[in-house]
Amino acid sequence: MPEPVIVARDLVKTYGELSAVDGISFEVAAGESFGLLGPNGAGKSTTMRMVGAVSTRTSGELSILGLDPDGSGPEIRSQLGVVPQADNLDTELRVRENLLVYGRYFGLPRRQVAARADELLAFAQLEDKGKAKVDALSGGMKRRLTIARALINDPRILLLDEPTTGLDPQARHVLWDRLFRLKEQGTTLLLTRHYMDEAEQLCDRLVVVDKGVIMAEGTPAELIRRYSTREVLEVRFGSDRNAAVAEQLHGIGERVEVLPDRILVYTDSGEADLVRITEAGLRPVTSLVRRSSLEDVFLRLTGRSLIE
Amino acid sequence: MSAPVRQESLSSAPGRRGVGSLYAGNARSVMLRGWEATRSTNWLVILSGLFEPVFYLLALGVGLGALVGRVTTTTGEQVSYAAFIAPALLAVAAMNGAVYDSTWNVFFKMRFARLYEGMLSTSLGPLDVATGEILLALARGALYAIGFLIVMQVLGLNLSWWALLALPAVLMIAFGFASVGMAVTSYMKTFQQMDWITFLMLPMFLFSATFYPLSVYPEWIQHVIQALPLWHGVEIVRALTTGAVDVGILWHGLYYAVMIVLGLVFTTRRLRVLFLD
Amino acid sequence: MSALETRTDAQAAIAAATRPRRWGFWYVAEHRFRVMRSYTGTVVVAGIGSPVLYLYALGVGLATIVDASGTTIGGVSYLVFVAPALLASAGITAATEEFSYPVFLGYKWNPTFTGIHSSPITPHQIVDGVIVSVVVRLTVNMVLFYLLMLVFGAVPSATGFLAILAGLLGGLAFGTMLMSYTSTLEDDTGQIAMVMRFIVLPMTLFSGTFFPLAQFPLWLQWIGWISPLWHSTELARVATYGYAEPVWLTAVHVLVLVGLAVFGWVLSRRIAVRRLEK
Repeated sequence: MPEPVIVARDLVKTYGELSAVDGISFEVAAGESFGLLGPNGAGKSTTMRMVGAVSTRTSGELSILGLDPDGSGPEIRSQLGVVPQADNLDTELRVRENLLVYGRYFGLPRRQVAARADELLAFAQLEDKGKAKVDALSGGMKRRLTIARALINDPRILLLDEPTTGLDPQARHVLWDRLFRLKEQGTTLLLTRHYMDEAEQLCDRLVVVDKGVIMAEGTPAELIRRYSTREVLEVRFGSDRNAAVAEQLHGIGERVEVLPDRILVYTDSGEADLVRITEAGLRPVTSLVRRSSLEDVFLRLTGRSLIE
Repeated sequence: MSAPVRQESLSSAPGRRGVGSLYAGNARSVMLRGWEATRSTNWLVILSGLFEPVFYLLALGVGLGALVGRVTTTTGEQVSYAAFIAPALLAVAAMNGAVYDSTWNVFFKMRFARLYEGMLSTSLGPLDVATGEILLALARGALYAIGFLIVMQVLGLNLSWWALLALPAVLMIAFGFASVGMAVTSYMKTFQQMDWITFLMLPMFLFSATFYPLSVYPEWIQHVIQALPLWHGVEIVRALTTGAVDVGILWHGLYYAVMIVLGLVFTTRRLRVLFLD
Repeated sequence: MSALETRTDAQAAIAAATRPRRWGFWYVAEHRFRVMRSYTGTVVVAGIGSPVLYLYALGVGLATIVDASGTTIGGVSYLVFVAPALLASAGITAATEEFSYPVFLGYKWNPTFTGIHSSPITPHQIVDGVIVSVVVRLTVNMVLFYLLMLVFGAVPSATGFLAILAGLLGGLAFGTMLMSYTSTLEDDTGQIAMVMRFIVLPMTLFSGTFFPLAQFPLWLQWIGWISPLWHSTELARVATYGYAEPVWLTAVHVLVLVGLAVFGWVLSRRIAVRRLEK
C-alpha cells in the first residue's frame, strides 16, 4: 500500500449541539479515486471542507500530504484543486479572467498563468468562450470552468463536491469524460455524490456515510458483494398494493425490500424470480431486472433511500 | 399610439395592435403585489425614506440658515432660509423617490428578478405592469409628501394656505419623473448604464435653485437649469408653500404635463417592442 | 513509494506556499482592480464630475449668498471653508461604495471570497487585499479632488496636499468599520440602504461640513465628535487653510481616525475568519 496522501482519524466537526461529522476515519492513496457516498446532510461537504483546509476540525487527526491543516492551510491548499458544490466563479469577470485571477492566487507568474489558462480552456472545451461573461454560460459550461479553475495550479489532489448535480445528461457525460482523463493522468480524486451512478465506475474505493459516520468501506464491487446480491428485481403493483403483495413474496429471493412505489427483490437471478412471482398468480404492473448498485448497498445499510 | 410600429409584425397579432394588447385594465394586481412585497420585507426602509429630507431640513435650515439669514425668492419675497429650502427638498424627494422606483427598481425586476416575465405570462399586459409600478411609486411619494408637509407645518415653514396644493403638485412632479424614468430604463441594458442616471440627477439636485436662488449664476447656466425638469418642480412647490402664487405657475405645470405624456408614449412604444414583437 | 515521498510532498507544498503567504493580499488587490476596471468610466467621470459639481454648487453658488450676508467663518471665504469638507466627504462616499455592496457580494451573492479561500490565500489576506485596493482607488479620488480644489483656488496654504491624507484616513476609518458590518450580513433586506440613510447621510450633514459644528446646540454637537467625517474634515481644514485649532486636537483627529481604521480592520479580519472557516 503506497503512503496515503490523505489520512483522517476520528475526524469530528460540531456546530454547537449539532455534530456534522462524528468520528470519520479513512485514508486515500496517491493516484486513487476515492468517493464519499451518502444522502444530503450526511456530513460529506463538511468532511470535504476540512480536507480542503478551509474548515477547522473540532477533534481527531487529519493529515494532507503529511501536513496538518491547522497551521499549514496555505501549504495544503497550494496542492489542492477544489470544485465546490455551488459554483463560486466571479460573475463580475469574464471567463478567461476568472482563470487568470485564480492562477495568481497560487503565486504563479503572469505568463505561466496565461499559458495554463489557454490550455485549460481547451481542456474544458471553452476555447471560444474566453471573452464571454460568466453569467452567459450554461450550467454545464460553468461547471467545466470551475473544474478548469481548480486545475490551474496542477493540483496533486482534486476535491469534487457533487460535481454533476443539476446538469443535463449531455453535460454530465462531458464532465465525467474530463474526470476520467484526470484520473488517467494520475491525479488523486476525492469526490462526493449523494447518488452514485457514473461515479461507481470512477471510484476505486469509497465509503458510505450517513449521519456523520462511516457505514461501510470498500471498492464498489466489494460493497455490492458484501451488502447486496448480484441482481435486483423491481416489481410494481401500484402504490396501494405493494405492501400487501410483499407479504406473499416470502421465500422468493434472498431479501425483499418494500419502498412506497415498488418492491425490490434481492436475488442472484432476477429473471427466475420474476417467473416464480408470476407463477404464484401475482401480476406486477411493471417489472425490471437490473444489476445491484451502490444505491442498494446504501438502502441495506441505512434502511433509507439515497434520493428522497 | 395605435399605429402599427412595424409592417412585418402585423401578422403576429392581427387586430390587437391598439393599447388593448398591452393593457388588461388590471394595474391593481401589480400594485397589490408591490404592496404585499413591501409590507413583508422592507417597510422600514420605505418609511425611512421620509427621514432623508427631514435630515436635510434640520441640518441646513438650522446650521446654514444662521449663516445665510433671509433669502429672496424668484417672486421677490424675503423668506427664512429654512422656508426657502423646505419646498425644494420636497420637490427633490419627489424626484428621487420617483426616479428610484421607476429606474433601479424596475431595471432590477426586469433584468434580474425576471419578475415581469412571470407577470406577463398571466393575463396582465406590459402597460398594466408599468401603470401599476408608477401608481405604487406615486402612493409612496404621497406618503412622504404628507409626512414632510406635516414637519414643515410644525416648524412653521408653510407660509400660506396654498401649501395644501403642494401635495397634488408633488404627485405631478413624481408622475413626470416616473414616466420619463421608466421610458429611459426600458432602453437600458447594464448596471453601468444605470449609473449614469444617478450621475445626471446630481447636478439637477445641486443647481435647480434648491439651496440658493438661481440669480447667483451667469445667465447661460440659468438657461440650462431652466430647461431641466427639477427647477420647474422646485418653483411650483416653493410658490405654493410661500404663498407667492401667480399665473406663471401654469407654465411649470405644462412642462410636467408634456413630460408625463412623452414618458408614457415612449414607455408604451418600448414595451411593445420588448414584449410583444 | 515510501515515507520519503510524503516528505517531498510536504516540502513541495511548503515551497509552493511561500509566495502566496507573502503576497496573497496583493493578489486579492489585483483581482479587485480587475473588477474595478469594468467600471473605470464611472469612477473617473464621477471622480472628476462630482467634485466639480459640488465645488461649483457650494463653493461658488452657495458661497455667493453666504459671503453676501457678511458672515465669514474663521476669516476665510465660504469656498475655502467648504472645499476641504467636500473632499473629506467624497472620501467617505467612495469608501462607502467600495466597502458596502462589493463586500456583501463577495461573501454572498457572488461568493468570490469562498473561492479565493480555497486557494492558498487566508481570510486575513482577503480583507487586507480588499482594503489595499480601496486605498489605491481612494488615493486616485482624493488626488483628483485636490487638483480640482487648486483649480477653484480653494487652497491658500502650502501644506494643502496633506488634505489628501486626511481624506484617505477618513475614508478608511469609516470604511473598515462599515466593512466589518457588511461582512456579518447574511442577507440584504435593506440594511445597507438603512446605513446610507441613518448613518452616512446624517454624518454628512451634521459633521460641520457645510457650516461650523458650533452652529448647533451642544446637544447636537456630539454627532460631529463621534463622526469620522468631522475629524477628517477638520484635519483637511488645518492642512488647506491653516484652520486654527489646538495641536492636541489635531493629534486627537489623527488618533481617532487611525484608531477607528485599525479597529475596523482587525474586526473585519476576525469576522472573515469566523465566516470563511466555520
